[in-house]
Amino acid sequence: MLATAIIVFREVLEAALIVSIVLAASLGALGRGYWVSVGVGAGVIGAGLVALFAANIAAAVSGVGQELFNATILLLAVGMLGWHIIWISRHGRELATSARAIGKAVISGSRPLHVLAIVCGVAVLREGSETVLFLYGIAASGGVGAVSLIGGGVLGLAGGVAIGAILYFGLLRIPTQRLFAVTNWMVLLLAAGMAAQAAGFLVQADLLPPLGEAIWDTSAVLTEDSVLGKALHTLIGYVSRPDGIQILFYLATLLGIWLLAEWTGRTVPPPPQPSAHRPIAT
Amino acid sequence: MVRSPFLPLLMILAMSGRAEAEDATYSLVIKDHKFQPTEIVVPAAQKVALVVKNEDPTPEEFESTELRREKVVPGGEQITVYIGPLKPGRYEFFGDFNPSTARGHIVVK
Repeated sequence: MLATAIIVFREVLEAALIVSIVLAASLGALGRGYWVSVGVGAGVIGAGLVALFAANIAAAVSGVGQELFNATILLLAVGMLGWHIIWISRHGRELATSARAIGKAVISGSRPLHVLAIVCGVAVLREGSETVLFLYGIAASGGVGAVSLIGGGVLGLAGGVAIGAILYFGLLRIPTQRLFAVTNWMVLLLAAGMAAQAAGFLVQADLLPPLGEAIWDTSAVLTEDSVLGKALHTLIGYVSRPDGIQILFYLATLLGIWLLAEWTGRTVPPPPQPSAHRPIAT
Repeated sequence: MVRSPFLPLLMILAMSGRAEAEDATYSLVIKDHKFQPTEIVVPAAQKVALVVKNEDPTPEEFESTELRREKVVPGGEQITVYIGPLKPGRYEFFGDFNPSTARGHIVVK
């Protein structure tokens, strides 16, 4: 049961961290519970479908369907995260001001929450489909009893959600007027990490050249196998032995979204509020 | 279906990649949640194709942190992953769904 729980935990962790960041980044927005639930729910259904058609996906496009699928949905999520950041850069100051004015942020308006719902959906879909396949595998091989299987699954799920909750409530301790500056950076790093991951899949499928293998090697310090390594892999895109092209994708995404956000942010008149870039420490 | 600007681009990349690919191929078999063989020796500084055939009825995920590879191998199916060009050394891989039994490594010389 413990072995099952650990594997489920590792899969759930990534999705839970992403959903937590999305929840924090949309704090106070009307309807965020609805949209995040829609995203997670669609992700769960999608995960079942992907697991069901795993053989078809793997065989598609001369055997690289799985990589193309993963890379495509990762890049889709990168696009959605970028959209969110650019939107916030246009409206962030109003958000911070109204949050301070009301005390507790209740922000209505045209906030594009469906964008964040898609990000949640993609995160749950990717990790969820692997969880379903794994659980199906042990159920089918009959080595473990139903109690152990379900118990392990629930325990792993609870563990992953707990870590996500810790991150979420940790983020809520940040003063509301600075929260969105923090979550914006987190979302930016999340997007860059996903882009690097997509590049990795395309190298695996031999669709992109690696441009140098293991440009650096920090696996002696921290591997992605460890829970901390896996969490950092999700949160900031940590890779202990990155390919050159992964670094390229990472930096291009980071710079691309940041420059676009700066540029669109400049087209709105800046209200008198210079505190957005100061450190979080009080 | 989601309209993504990346998909057509990826398709073009896919086709161009397929045309030139004539890489050395190495085979692995998964049976009873174990890899056979558990050691594969491949040349350094050369891209190779690794074919993983799953003879179990249950799915497995071929994974290697050191090689940054992960790919689901459905029951009874086979997949190909491309690795390298690699530096000489030893690279561990494992089955993510049965990590206690499904283990092996690639030696690059």
